[in-house]
Amino acid sequence: MTTETRPPEAAETAARGVHSPGRAAIAQRHLRLDRWWLPQVMTAAGLLLFIGYSTWRAFFGLHTSYAAPYVSPFYSPCLAANCPTMKGGADWALFGSWWQLSPALIVLIFPLGFRLTCYYYRKAYYRSFWSSPPACAVAEPHAKYTGETRLPLILQNVHRYFFYFAIPVAGILTWDAILGFRDAQGRWGHMGLGTLVLLVNIVLIWGYTASCHSCRHIVGGRLRHFSKHPVRYRMWTWVSKLNARHMQLAWASLFSVGLTDLYVYLLASGAFSDPRFF
Amino acid sequence: MTEVERHGFDVVVVGAGGAGLRAAIEAREHGKRTAIICKSLFGKAHTVMAEGGIAASMGNVNDQDNWQVHFRDTMRGGKFLNHWRMAELHAKEAPERVWELETWGALFDRTKDGRISQRNFGGHEYPRLAHVGDRTGLELIRTLQQKIVSLQQEDFREFGDYEARIKVFQEYTVTRVLKGGDRVSGVFGYQRESGRFFVIDAPAVVLATGGIGKSFKVTSNSWEYTGDGHALALLAGANLINMEFVQFHPTGMVWPPSVKGILVTESVRGDGGVLRNSDGKRFMFDYIPDVFREKYAQTEEEGDRWYQDQANNRRPPELLPRDEVARAINSEVKAGRGTPHGGVFLDVSTRLPAEEIRRRLPSMHHQFKELADVDITAEPMEVGPTCHYVMGGVEVDPDTASSSVPGLFAAGEVAGGMHGSNRLGGNSLSDLLVFGRRAGLHAAQYADEAAEDRPTVDQEQIDAAAEEALAPFSADGGENPYGLHQELQQSMNDLVGIIRREGEMAEALERLSALRERAENAAVEGHRQFNPGWHLALDLRNMLLVSECVARAALERQESRGGHTREDHPAMAAEWRRVLLACSLADKPAPGDGAITLQRKANPPIREDLLALFGVDELKKYLTEDELPGAEADLPPQRADADAEKKTENGAEH
Amino acid sequence: MSYEATFRVWRGDAEGGELTDFQVEVNDGEVVLDVVHRIQATQAPDLAVRWNCKAGKCGSCSAEINGRPRLMCMTRMSTLPAGETVTITPMRTFPVLRDLVTDVGFNYQKAREIPAFVPPQGVKPGEYRMQQADVNRSQEFRKCIECFLCQDTCHVVRDHEENKPAFAGPRFLMRIAELDMHPLDAAADSGLDRKATAQDEHGLGYCNITKCCTEVCPEGIKITDNALIPLKERAVDRKYDPLVWLGSKIGLRRG
Repeated sequence: MTTETRPPEAAETAARGVHSPGRAAIAQRHLRLDRWWLPQVMTAAGLLLFIGYSTWRAFFGLHTSYAAPYVSPFYSPCLAANCPTMKGGADWALFGSWWQLSPALIVLIFPLGFRLTCYYYRKAYYRSFWSSPPACAVAEPHAKYTGETRLPLILQNVHRYFFYFAIPVAGILTWDAILGFRDAQGRWGHMGLGTLVLLVNIVLIWGYTASCHSCRHIVGGRLRHFSKHPVRYRMWTWVSKLNARHMQLAWASLFSVGLTDLYVYLLASGAFSDPRFF
Repeated sequence: MTEVERHGFDVVVVGAGGAGLRAAIEAREHGKRTAIICKSLFGKAHTVMAEGGIAASMGNVNDQDNWQVHFRDTMRGGKFLNHWRMAELHAKEAPERVWELETWGALFDRTKDGRISQRNFGGHEYPRLAHVGDRTGLELIRTLQQKIVSLQQEDFREFGDYEARIKVFQEYTVTRVLKGGDRVSGVFGYQRESGRFFVIDAPAVVLATGGIGKSFKVTSNSWEYTGDGHALALLAGANLINMEFVQFHPTGMVWPPSVKGILVTESVRGDGGVLRNSDGKRFMFDYIPDVFREKYAQTEEEGDRWYQDQANNRRPPELLPRDEVARAINSEVKAGRGTPHGGVFLDVSTRLPAEEIRRRLPSMHHQFKELADVDITAEPMEVGPTCHYVMGGVEVDPDTASSSVPGLFAAGEVAGGMHGSNRLGGNSLSDLLVFGRRAGLHAAQYADEAAEDRPTVDQEQIDAAAEEALAPFSADGGENPYGLHQELQQSMNDLVGIIRREGEMAEALERLSALRERAENAAVEGHRQFNPGWHLALDLRNMLLVSECVARAALERQESRGGHTREDHPAMAAEWRRVLLACSLADKPAPGDGAITLQRKANPPIREDLLALFGVDELKKYLTEDELPGAEADLPPQRADADAEKKTENGAEH
Repeated sequence: MSYEATFRVWRGDAEGGELTDFQVEVNDGEVVLDVVHRIQATQAPDLAVRWNCKAGKCGSCSAEINGRPRLMCMTRMSTLPAGETVTITPMRTFPVLRDLVTDVGFNYQKAREIPAFVPPQGVKPGEYRMQQADVNRSQEFRKCIECFLCQDTCHVVRDHEENKPAFAGPRFLMRIAELDMHPLDAAADSGLDRKATAQDEHGLGYCNITKCCTEVCPEGIKITDNALIPLKERAVDRKYDPLVWLGSKIGLRRG
């Protein structure tokens, strides 16, 4: 039998957390052997990639936001007057002509808020950006923690408002996808690769929206007696199944939104033309 | 004078499993200040391992069921050796005890009309087991635990102190029941965490410590099952009865070695699982004993039909009482038709869809997946008999659960009589509740009566108990208790196991005697703070006492019945049914003698109206001629076991 | 088949301690607890460890294996990296008593603070009627074996001792959810709003749903998705939902 003591790591021995008096005296912040940081790094990389791309596109993408009949999901609905004309699309200049910034900034608030307050994304960024915690059973660097008990994080509770807003937004994008069955001149009976891209995107968006925890609660989770509400119970069961895939849907729909926009950008900037199916 | 932590209560309950918690709730509801002592953390008791369910004739699934039918099944399962009054009280009160759990928050699985669902189980004529998937024991413990917490919350509102009237001493071990004169005066023990001693003054002590399985090598029991209550009762002057009857559950895991013995619930068979040998044969059809022949299917087709239509078919023999199935598996393995790891196959994968298996048997699925890397939805399990339950225990008054020592009560597995020679699955949890409540109730009443004149704790007894407990630290060059424990387990498994022979049991007694001397010299390292070596050294005393009871009684009983199978006396003998073997502590054993004295006692005759629940033809299989109702003269002679009769006349050997 | 492994076990008490190395035999099919028992039986008889059922049903043998909160009886040796040292420490959120045994009294204290099931008035024992669909959710939570690994891994108290008084932890927030979803719990009739107490007294807001509790649960209970988030949503119903607020203002009955 051998015994071994390790020199304490100076910075880590502050008497808090796992080093609080009374707890087992172990110098290390954690004893995990696996690459616990990898998921966090990948999450951060994925989110940063999207944030970078979407910021660039939201500020500077106006002129490549529409390639008839396809509209970028970042620019729909368009609520300012400075959009390109979208035939039959959600082009309502509610903000009038005084708005000189990119119209994407108005509408992106809603999906941004929806995702920012989403129970899955919260977990993702608390872990990867805030290190709160960095990973399970890995000590976090913060001296204090109050969670979501006070401002600003108590505002996470408004997730449900954003869910309510997310439904019309998804509805508009659905309409946009349907418009993809018209050709550039507005005649029905067309389908191109872009139509497919828009369709896949909207299916994923709906999947993400319907699998939301707030949605699960509203359709049935709040009930005490499922047996007295058979229809809502069935809906709840269905949403629950989707909800189990909420993380996957969150990532899939995030990338599909970005890729859909990229596709429209490439068409609009003339990189290639939309392959047409019929 | 020994320094001890001192408390005073009205009722002390030793053990925090189903029986102990139920007793404590009852005593507290009668206003008594109640202490619960448990070796583990609160809520970890072995009761959590119970999987199948709680037997109670609520008749929710089949309204033909009633207490009389339950009584009948229980007596048949115990081969009529049961104390009839306990079986009667148990059958009558079980439904109330189950319903009461719902008012405390329990959530059983439901029938379509919203009542408690009940499932089939070995030896029960109708679907009778209230259950929650296959984790019923956990539900029971959690419900009782939460009820106790709610009582503590009541006390907090009233007195500002959660522990005003009910306190849990967790990780405390009792090593002695103290007495003032003939009566109980309290308990002595140690705190596992600190090693410090404690004494609780109390006029009434309820033993609810469970069983003795840790004396056997292959067992489904947890480390706590060291027969503490059995030994405490013996040491306090009470008797143990029926100790020769040890139930080997037919289906324990056999692979990997580290989990050998862990239980595979009977529900696997109740839900359609079948037993096959290595030839692929459903061998149980070859093992239906005569007494059960009319009640069980004779063909696979009929057995299979029963799962769908129980009214018109007889049940498959996989659902015979546990002793029958355990012996059958034992014989198959001995005949060379076992699996590679020495068991038989239990297959549910070909009988139910995977989804259904996962829903009905979630913890079995989980257990095999995690521990053996076997997917029970796709492949058969390997199973074999494992020591599961001791039918024997403290001899108690059926109505009050009181032992022969005033102030000492016993309930649950530690009490004897209720299950006779063999317990039916599902009857254990109901036993805990019915007799746990009774023990709590009568302990509370007894404490009231004793309130005027409480016995006092004698300092000499405290000093003696402390000295006894500290002995392992001063033993020079003594043996490691772990090694002794392994030898004990091996001896009991090999020599007093599922099939017993006279010579082997005599050898077991010799080995036990030698082990006892060595155990007195067991030595431990380290200090008193949470020292498992020390704890084991102290538990050895209990295991050795109890093992000796088992071996002595098993050697004495020259017949085979329920959980006691003698190769040299393979038949059941009606004369022996009238005999109970009672162990007590030998007065002053000479070195080399046993520590236990065995006595024969008469099994009280069954009340007539209860006897009338059975057909005479059936009774003839169990009772002697003169016990039969209206003992007719032209009955054929019983299988008289001359040897047994002679022994009865001669009385006990020790 | 057996081999020799190096186990590094934390030994000590509240005063201090250290990781101690043991060379120990490991056999085919064994779990970590078997090996700890072998150390106990052959090398360190006074090594303190809690265990009971050895089948993942009682939740006694909680510890941290290679830094991850786990049940020792449910961690097969074959799932650990072969040939590498296995490090075992006590749970690091609770005060240590000795070796692998910690003082889990925090959990029992929290258990007492959660108001118990309130039986419905006027429904006698034996008259309880509940549908399976209505009990499924609470039954999932009642699978809990109280191993307290979720409490151990939760950073709210693991990394912040000072939050212990205000935060009940995942196990006991789940208990509130269980009772709130119990089809016959009559707390509301007795004037007790479980959702409000979850938020105001038991620290639901501290939970930032980072799901470590769900990750460590040996029973596979979806603590976060099925208990904590629904409980948060129920709290939102009361306080933050505009439609519910409007509904209650104009006197519509709720759900």
